[in-house]
This record gives sequence, C-alpha cells and structure tokens, in this order.
Amino acid sequence: MSRPRPEPVHLVKQRRDAALAALVGGVPYIAMMGISFDRRGDELTAVLNYDDKLIGNPLLPALHGGATASFLETAAIVELSFQLLWDEIENGRLDADSLTPETLPRLPKTIDFTVDYLRSGLPRDAYARARVNRSGRRYASVHVEAWQDNRDRLFAQATGHFLMPARPG
Amino acid sequence: MTQQDKARIARQFIEAIPFSKALQMQLDEMGDGIAVISMPYDDRLVGDPKTGVIHGGAVSALMDTCGGAAVMSHAEAPVGSATIDLRIDYMRPATPGQRITARAECYHMTRSVAFVRAQAFDADETRPVAAATGTFTVEQAKDAEVRP
Repeated sequence: MSRPRPEPVHLVKQRRDAALAALVGGVPYIAMMGISFDRRGDELTAVLNYDDKLIGNPLLPALHGGATASFLETAAIVELSFQLLWDEIENGRLDADSLTPETLPRLPKTIDFTVDYLRSGLPRDAYARARVNRSGRRYASVHVEAWQDNRDRLFAQATGHFLMPARPG
Repeated sequence: MTQQDKARIARQFIEAIPFSKALQMQLDEMGDGIAVISMPYDDRLVGDPKTGVIHGGAVSALMDTCGGAAVMSHAEAPVGSATIDLRIDYMRPATPGQRITARAECYHMTRSVAFVRAQAFDADETRPVAAATGTFTVEQAKDAEVRP
C-alpha cells in the first residue's frame, strides 16, 4: 500500500491563507472596523483591533454595543463562510490561488442575530471564536463567544441563523 | 431648561459618541420613549461587495444606539443605560445608496429594566429592512436608590 506524498506544508498554508484573505479582504466594513483573523488549521480567531472610534460610552469608557454586535456578526459569518470554502478547497473543487473577492462563491446571509452583553467592553483588543452548531442545506445556526483579557470571562456572546447560498446540483 | 434645550443636549450627546460619529448617525427625533436616528449610505459600511449592500452589523449599531436613545428619552428619565440583549431580524437587504432610518420605542420600563422594540427602513417606508427587540439596564440617580 502506497499513499501519495503529503503536500509541502508551505503550499497547504498558502492555499488556506489565500482563501481567508479573499474572504475577508473584499469586505469594506471588516476593514473599517479593524477586524482581522488568526488561523490555526481550520480554527479562526477574530480580532477586534482597538481604536478610539469603537467607543460608545466615553465616560467609562466602554466599547459601543453596536461595535460589539458588528464584531460578533462578522466573526460568525466569516467562520461559516470559511467552513463552506474549506471543503471546496480541500477537495480541489475550488482553486484557492485564483480566488479573489470577485470570484468568491456567494456567501450565507444573516436571518437573525441575538447578542447577549455580559459585561462592558474595555477599551482594548477583543477576540471572538464562532462555532457552527448546525449547517444544513438551507439554514445554519452559529454561536459566537467574545472575550478580552481572560478567555473564561466572556464580555459578549451571540447566536445567529443564516440562509445558506444556493448550491449547484 | 426648555424642551428645546433638552433636545439639543440629547442630540449633541448622541452625535458625540465616537462609534455613532464614525457611522455618521444623526438624531432626527427624540422624546417620550421614542427615538428616530438615521445614517447615510457609505461605501465603508458595505458588507457584500458584489451587491453593495450595507453590513448587518452597521444596521445593528444603528438599532442599538436608537434603542438606547429611546430608553434615555423615557418619562422616567434614567441617568444611564446599557444594552442587556438585542435581537435583530433582517427582513430584506437595504437598497444600496439609500439612507437608513431606525425608529425605536421604549414600550415598558421597570425600576431596573427597559423593554424596547425597533424597526429600520430605507427610502421605502412601507417595508422594513430590519426589526429588533431588546432589553436595556436602567441606572437610577444615586439618591433615588432604595436604602437597605
């Protein structure tokens, strides 16, 4: 029994990073918010890079609830989209190297999104990870958790439902 | 202080919030537990580059600000408020190029919680773009607190 030689690691990383960059790079609102993504294998961590414009209560000061909501929704939709892309890329149906924001397949659309504010957001970076709890042909349910200094002390969490893009076949 | 002074202070207060300012929000109306806030279409707010539709998060931010303003304008006049939870239903994509206006109503308030519902529209005022329901904290002035 012989199996094909594993791909060189730098090619694998390059392909996955190219897909993530095409997904994130084309969205003006993600750039405006200053959100970036760290990738470890298929695990994404969204990072909200602190900026004074994200403040909602200058007296405390605290992050704006709308900035937190935007951050969580972005983390959820990028996680869900990246999972969809991942399958297409790893099985070779999509060529990651030629992916650009213009050639990206259609993305899921938010149906509803519920944010739970657990404590006020401090004026510093925030992190979020999303978990796709159910991903069907038509609908998906995604849960997101966000924290700042301490992973166990969430400052916000959210659940959203998404309409999946129509797939050929 | 006249009603006009109050309205002017409220407008300055809301339009000075850094994130609301970044999204160019404008207070159009406020009083008696009802607030109307709008924001212009802007290329930086686009969430879907293929269609030019504004990101849901920007609409959430507008709804959240408007909900908080509705709470602050309630007759019971809390001195502060923070969002406990906010649910948004996205009913249709907002038409690119059009201003988005949110109208929020604080329809019930207890000593500690305010209940809010809101809708957002683009130029077509007959079909909402999104609807929201939320709860907010009610911070009372210190001397109004019940002593143990």
